[in-house]
Amino acid sequence: MAVWGPHSPLGGEERNPADARARAASGPPVDAGTTFLAMSARRLLVFGGIALIAGGMLFGDIFAVFVLHQNGGQTGEALLAVTQAVEAQNPTAVNDLFTSIGGLLEDRGTKVDAHVHMTDAGYLALLLALIQPYVALTVARKKFLAKLFITGGLLLPVGIFLIHYVGLAYSPFTVIGWASVLADSAGALLIIALFGEAWGLWNHFRSRRVGTVEPEMLHDRSWERRTLLAGGTVLVLLGFLHGAWYAKVDLYEHEARETKILGAMLDAAAGNNAAAAGQSVSDYGALQAEKAVQIAAHSHIIEFGLLAILLSFVQPYVCLSRMWKRRWVTMLLAGSVILPVFVLLEVKFGLLAGGIADAGGLMVIVALIGMLAGVVRYTGTLDVEPGGAA
Amino acid sequence: MSAARKLLVFGGISLAVCGMLYGLHYAIFIEHQTLDRLGGSLATAFVHGAERKLPDAHVALAAYGATKYDYARQVDVHSHWIGLAMLMIVMGVVFDSVGFGDRTRYLIALALLVGSVIFPLGVILQTETHGGAFASVLAVVGSGLVIASLAAIAIGFARQTN
Repeated sequence: MAVWGPHSPLGGEERNPADARARAASGPPVDAGTTFLAMSARRLLVFGGIALIAGGMLFGDIFAVFVLHQNGGQTGEALLAVTQAVEAQNPTAVNDLFTSIGGLLEDRGTKVDAHVHMTDAGYLALLLALIQPYVALTVARKKFLAKLFITGGLLLPVGIFLIHYVGLAYSPFTVIGWASVLADSAGALLIIALFGEAWGLWNHFRSRRVGTVEPEMLHDRSWERRTLLAGGTVLVLLGFLHGAWYAKVDLYEHEARETKILGAMLDAAAGNNAAAAGQSVSDYGALQAEKAVQIAAHSHIIEFGLLAILLSFVQPYVCLSRMWKRRWVTMLLAGSVILPVFVLLEVKFGLLAGGIADAGGLMVIVALIGMLAGVVRYTGTLDVEPGGAA
Repeated sequence: MSAARKLLVFGGISLAVCGMLYGLHYAIFIEHQTLDRLGGSLATAFVHGAERKLPDAHVALAAYGATKYDYARQVDVHSHWIGLAMLMIVMGVVFDSVGFGDRTRYLIALALLVGSVIFPLGVILQTETHGGAFASVLAVVGSGLVIASLAAIAIGFARQTN
């Protein structure tokens, strides 16, 4: 039993399964407007998803430019101060300095997590938009789940971001603060929404009922779609190959080297050898940078690949001229390659490569916003047409 | 919807839910304690160094190394399960564009599902048996299956285009 078919002209739910079967048998609709109804779950998920991805990436770019390197420098200075406190045989100062290092690491970690969770929630929202035709639930329930998901996707990174600033203030728990409670609750909202979507899918595949009559998203074989699909798959594949290479060649070596460097730092400081301790702090910083760029390159190339594949489905709804659509596609793919490649080169070429990588990230954001503008234009046109989706 | 697409979409959503439940459980019950242990053991090592108790300092440093080993893998499992789940759902939507027969497509989907489950599973099992052969083999086989199936999908897209 199919759940897709022409949408009810009244915009309400299909109440009679027999009618829905008859409609489904008549074949899928040709009207593009029926695939992107105003305030439908799909439209909420597409807009919310692209906005979350663009917001998450913008936050990541701002973080990379204004926080990441400064935070790394402060951590290195604090570690150097630790070795000096060890030389001076001052355990109290060591403890105090580690408390401040913990704060710096929490500051950095929560910002990275906010960036990752915001963009990932956006990806999932776009994915859910794709599978809406197979979610056999009522219109109201689908909209409710979409709102729940977007709300969770927004509150989760906000909660994570606030963890460092709110801390344990007024918290009744020993280690979990109110910001963590907000983040965990938002995570629970995402899980509930996903369970709801899974339940709708289960209903569809078990053919228990006919829910909302909804056609699949438009499929085309345009240059933009094929390029994004093929380019995205290649990016994901490259990311996996790089990850496998990193796990085989670098991961264990990095872990062993970290303990070795820390041991040498400790011995040098305890032996009052300030020069050797300072060298170990530099080695430690270099190792952290080496690890960070490998992980960032691996995760970004895969995420950009996924993004390209997801955006290939949205192309029929980007209401722009062919030239502009191709420009955004090319810019997105170029940025998707530039960012991870130059992140990897950052260890060798320093801030110059870092700047180019940030520019790559900005290219992806601009392309994404350009496509979002095209979708907004499309929905505007659709909604004002006589008998349109509004 | 073909069996391969059903497998990918259902498998992907199930895996995403598993990954999120694991992340929620980890965030509430494990992460804060692990981070405290991580920072605590490193601070203890240097405090012992300041007190010139070097053997104790190195014991604390070894504890830091072991905790860091677990922490990296626990975080990796969460992100890899959800990432692979998203990939499966995307592929589930577009799988009819893969230019192979139904049986081959089903096998590729199955390989992607199995690989996506056992690769992070092998990684998390490494925290139980540091350096254990079974866990490492599971992770290597899983990642190999994911890469092979992804390569097959890319070839399938190319064939369809041609």
